[in-house]
Amino acid sequence: MSAAVAADTRARARTRAQWRRRRTVALLMAPWAIGFSVFFAYPLLASFYYSFTHYDLLSPPTWLGLANYEYLFKTDPQLWTAVKNTLWLIAVMVPAQVLFAMGVALLLSRARRGAGALRTIFYLPALAPIVAATLGFAYLFNPANGPVNTILSWFGIEGPLWLNGASTAKPTLVLLGLWSVGNLLIIFLAAVLDVPTTLLESAELDGAGAFRRFFHVTLPSISPVLLFAIVIGVIDALQYFTQAYVAAGVAQGGQAGESAKALGYPEGATLFYPIYLYEQAFGRFNMGYASAMTVVMLIVALALTGLILRNSRRWVYYQGETR
Amino acid sequence: MAATATAPSVARPRSIRSRQTRRSLLMSIAEHSLLIVLVVCFLAPFVFILLTAMMTNHQALSSDLWPSPFVPSNFVKVFEEAPIASYALNSFTYASLATVGLLLSSIPAAYALAVLKWRGRGVVMVCVLVAMMLPEQVTIIPVYVLFSKLHLVGSVAPLIIPNWFGDAFSIFLLRQFFLTIPSEYGDAARVDGCGELRVLTSVYLRLAKPAIAAVALFSFFYCWNDFFGPLIYTSENPANWTLSIGLSQFRALHQVEWNLTMAATLLFMAPVMAVFFAAQKVFIEGVTLTGVKG
Repeated sequence: MSAAVAADTRARARTRAQWRRRRTVALLMAPWAIGFSVFFAYPLLASFYYSFTHYDLLSPPTWLGLANYEYLFKTDPQLWTAVKNTLWLIAVMVPAQVLFAMGVALLLSRARRGAGALRTIFYLPALAPIVAATLGFAYLFNPANGPVNTILSWFGIEGPLWLNGASTAKPTLVLLGLWSVGNLLIIFLAAVLDVPTTLLESAELDGAGAFRRFFHVTLPSISPVLLFAIVIGVIDALQYFTQAYVAAGVAQGGQAGESAKALGYPEGATLFYPIYLYEQAFGRFNMGYASAMTVVMLIVALALTGLILRNSRRWVYYQGETR
Repeated sequence: MAATATAPSVARPRSIRSRQTRRSLLMSIAEHSLLIVLVVCFLAPFVFILLTAMMTNHQALSSDLWPSPFVPSNFVKVFEEAPIASYALNSFTYASLATVGLLLSSIPAAYALAVLKWRGRGVVMVCVLVAMMLPEQVTIIPVYVLFSKLHLVGSVAPLIIPNWFGDAFSIFLLRQFFLTIPSEYGDAARVDGCGELRVLTSVYLRLAKPAIAAVALFSFFYCWNDFFGPLIYTSENPANWTLSIGLSQFRALHQVEWNLTMAATLLFMAPVMAVFFAAQKVFIEGVTLTGVKG
């Protein structure tokens, strides 16, 4: 009988301990749980609802059915400009940044002296607040009297219009993107320095040249970081906003005042998806239409990351894995 | 037969080696000149910004590259032309309050996800990852509507409040770091009678100091540099403009004064650079942590 009582109290103690543990977990996770519901889960659902309505913030949303999506996919001419420009970023800027960061990291990993100072120099631009960096670039590349075109003129080259030219605006933004690639560079550098030297040495002994060593040893070793860089790059490209917004505003200069601003100056060349989203939501207060845009953005972001991650198994090599 | 086979193989190494040394010498010259060019390209923007910031307004509009005379007083004039101090105070309020809240709410969540075992942990982890990966703009409209209903649009509160309820990226980063701490340390404290909160504060917080420092710095810098958030929530109320908004408007208000704009730009960069040089190690390690564990 005493054994039964003891077992009973033990069981009760165990449940009590279990409750206490659950309470601890609930307490620790509570702030996140509230934040996730209020600032993430609810907004996702609400966006979905708003996307079927006309909503200008002043009067309550009115149901429109699929009208927003119909306009978005079939009629809106500016949307396609925005989509094309954003796709351009993914196709050109992301690979440029990834390859550049990887290349400079490889160079830095071979530098014998001053590696620390070099690393700092290449990281510095990434620290500059984006608005500051963009303003600086807008000045450097301004076609009237900017230092870049001044220096080009010494060599008898007439500098392009840079941020003021429809065909050069996006490439100029890529240059800005390369200048501030520091974070990625540091990540690549750490990965390159992590490549087992024994593997590199034995490859060299086997007569592999620099290129073969890179493609057969270094590249497979850093492939997880490469994947990370591409995924992050694509996500960043989808939400590319500040640089384009500030650069277009500065380049446009003359016609001051928010209302006079042509969208995506010059000639829609910098009208990226988030810029257009911002204009629809906070410039024209078309919250319903803007919500439809965010729903499309959400689906594209999920699909792209899913696609990249699914295909990664083919080429990403994790250390210790056999195949 | 054997002699003919060995003769060339004796001769070959020398010629290969000399060819190899010549090639590696050329390679090394090429690499170093490339590095030098890159370093110049990376530093040149800072130099030109600094030089322009010290020009007269007239000179800044010419194609001169070197200031004559030097006008360092531009850096003082900037403060007279725009309420830079007030912008800076707003940026600092935003960045510091957001960072404090972010640490207080994210550390416990990261601990529960890394150390404690409970049902639903896997699902929650997936939620954290999804929230981390998705662009911030996909949730912006209902959040804006929410804050406008609370009459908080026009203040910095909407920028700060969400940080008090956990940040996915920070939770993820801290969890990854907590996982590297051997569970024996925590177990030892538990045997000594510590509750989970004591284990967190007296064991994990101490061991994870570098990671926490990195997360705090990232958060502070992110807020200090943030443009999209302040643009949406504070642009209608100039009294609450942060430096990023103030600076972007500065150029619009002072159309042709490139010299002052560049001086303001440098003033905006300066604190970030100063903090970076003071805490460079924490920073680089933190950045590395995001990539390697990601």
